[in-house]
Amino acid sequence: MQTLVNIAVLTSIYALIACGYVIVYRTSRVLSLAHGELMMLGAFGLWVTIALFDGMPLAAALAALLLAAVVGVVVYAALMRRMTGEAVLAAVLATIALGILLRGLAVLIWGPTERHPLAALGWDNPVFELPAGARISAIDASLVGAAVVCYAGLFAFLRFSPWGIRMRAAGQSPLLAAQRGISLHVIYALAWCLATLTGGTAGMLLALNTALDQTMVVIGLKAFPAALVGGLDSLAGAILGALIIAAAEVLIIQFVSPLLADVVPFIVLLAMLIVRPWGLFGTREELDRV
Amino acid sequence: MPQPHSSGYFRTDYADDWRLLQTRGQRGAAAVGLVLACVFPLVASAFLLDLANQVLIAVVGAVALMLLTGYAGQVSLGHAGLMAAGAFTTGILARETGAPFWIALPASGAVGALIGFLFGLPSLRLRGLYLAVSTLALHFIVIHAGQEYETRRGLSSGVVIDPPSLFGAELVDPRLWYAALFVCAGAAVLFALNLLRSRTGRAWRALHGREPVAEALGIPVAGAKVSAFVIASTLTAMSGSLFAYYRGFVSSEAFSLFLTIQYVAMIIIGGMGSILGAVLGAAFVTLFPYLIEMALAQLPGGASMSSLVFAVNYAAFGLVMILFLLFEPQGLVGIWHRLRNWFLLWPFRQRPLK
Repeated sequence: MQTLVNIAVLTSIYALIACGYVIVYRTSRVLSLAHGELMMLGAFGLWVTIALFDGMPLAAALAALLLAAVVGVVVYAALMRRMTGEAVLAAVLATIALGILLRGLAVLIWGPTERHPLAALGWDNPVFELPAGARISAIDASLVGAAVVCYAGLFAFLRFSPWGIRMRAAGQSPLLAAQRGISLHVIYALAWCLATLTGGTAGMLLALNTALDQTMVVIGLKAFPAALVGGLDSLAGAILGALIIAAAEVLIIQFVSPLLADVVPFIVLLAMLIVRPWGLFGTREELDRV
Repeated sequence: MPQPHSSGYFRTDYADDWRLLQTRGQRGAAAVGLVLACVFPLVASAFLLDLANQVLIAVVGAVALMLLTGYAGQVSLGHAGLMAAGAFTTGILARETGAPFWIALPASGAVGALIGFLFGLPSLRLRGLYLAVSTLALHFIVIHAGQEYETRRGLSSGVVIDPPSLFGAELVDPRLWYAALFVCAGAAVLFALNLLRSRTGRAWRALHGREPVAEALGIPVAGAKVSAFVIASTLTAMSGSLFAYYRGFVSSEAFSLFLTIQYVAMIIIGGMGSILGAVLGAAFVTLFPYLIEMALAQLPGGASMSSLVFAVNYAAFGLVMILFLLFEPQGLVGIWHRLRNWFLLWPFRQRPLK
């Protein structure tokens, strides 16, 4: 039973991160390999706002979320906007370079020490008993909740709101979308904004759960196979991909060897690329377009 | 892209088209460069020699990646994994069997070829981004295998390798190392240049241009792709082996994803599709951290920054990479070509077609 809870928590972590990859990719066909770093930046944003809004934890959390969303817009406007029209590889490399830059800056500004935002907020992390003897901590539960809210919000946004429909149109055919008067730059900036918002949320909750330091980037990178296994252009796929990767990881740690934990997502990814490169729910023609 | 030549130079037969050094100027420059390279170890300090040796090792790896990505157009993010494969083959052979240099180096190349074949198989089905991701996944698996070896043998801090001996002399002196590495790097560059003007190299370039057209022209696409991976991986693994020997030490931590990114940065900063670019990029990226360190030391209050050198390096490296991608996608070679053309065509100006 505890295993199931662990899988659920890890799934929601991966799903929350993976949806950032998916949103950016399906809208602008750019694979953002700086997602782990942007996630870390979101968590550091929380650290900054805690210091700013001393004694008002809720205001701090809201301000941090706002900050994470603004970061996405800034990244698009300052960097990725100029990469439109370049080769796909150049855009991916730009995100990699951005990641390196952010990682260096994070150490320069905040130093390499580990931080504990939970203590700084003055919250504690109670553990709840679930039926059948399983336990889940409050932050873990809120991770699951955040993933559910985030995906429900994204599905509703993409299906019902005019901006979501525009975003889908831009993803399907940028040329036709632009012809119909949709401003691609605004849509792309919105996609980056949503990606850093969800990624930043994941980063903040992870930082609250354990601690805030550079290792968070690795988790961001491990969520990437989840997005790809499900299909890079499918949100529903990202949930299933996250479930597969998380289940494989938890079970292997429990029954085989904890040493394998970091490799498992990539082995699953490789198997998927050999059998069905476009992912479980991805569009097949995607492959020839890149 | 055809480059203008100085006036008075005309190609009169096909053999002229094939020459590696076409004009008197190029022959002269090559001769001067060779003489300078030979004189360098006699005058340089040990520190400078060490830098030069690192650059020479990087040149081998960068040339290999340039062949694969810059010419054959196959994106690979598994470069560090391949280097690790070469380095670990050398380390394991030298430690377990005491194999000498001249066995370990080709053996590393052979292992590299085998892994390159495996890396190349996904390329038959995948293109672009997906190919890059599959090589990335293979990178993690190779590194994991290396870590597994380290923990199984209880060598958690790495495998120590004795300095290799060549013609009866132990390679300890940095000058001897310089000579050996210069020969290796020169051989790699010559090999790449010769390969590129042969049938294989032309097939790779056609592949890069457009795959269906290459196939229509009668190029065996699958064979050309796999051959690109195998040849580039062999070279890469050998550079990994040289790296291991030079350090005298193999550890899986040295082959992180960051190393891959550094090599990719070398060919981007140097300039895609040019062997000269690979050499320039290798020199730039290898020397960059030392330049930053020197610059920091000059700054007021730089001494207090010394603990942060690593972070400054990281940030500056990312920044330089972004600047090159945004403002000079042709890389250092592009700058050099523009400079040269400006002098060649003076007083006229070349205006590139937009």
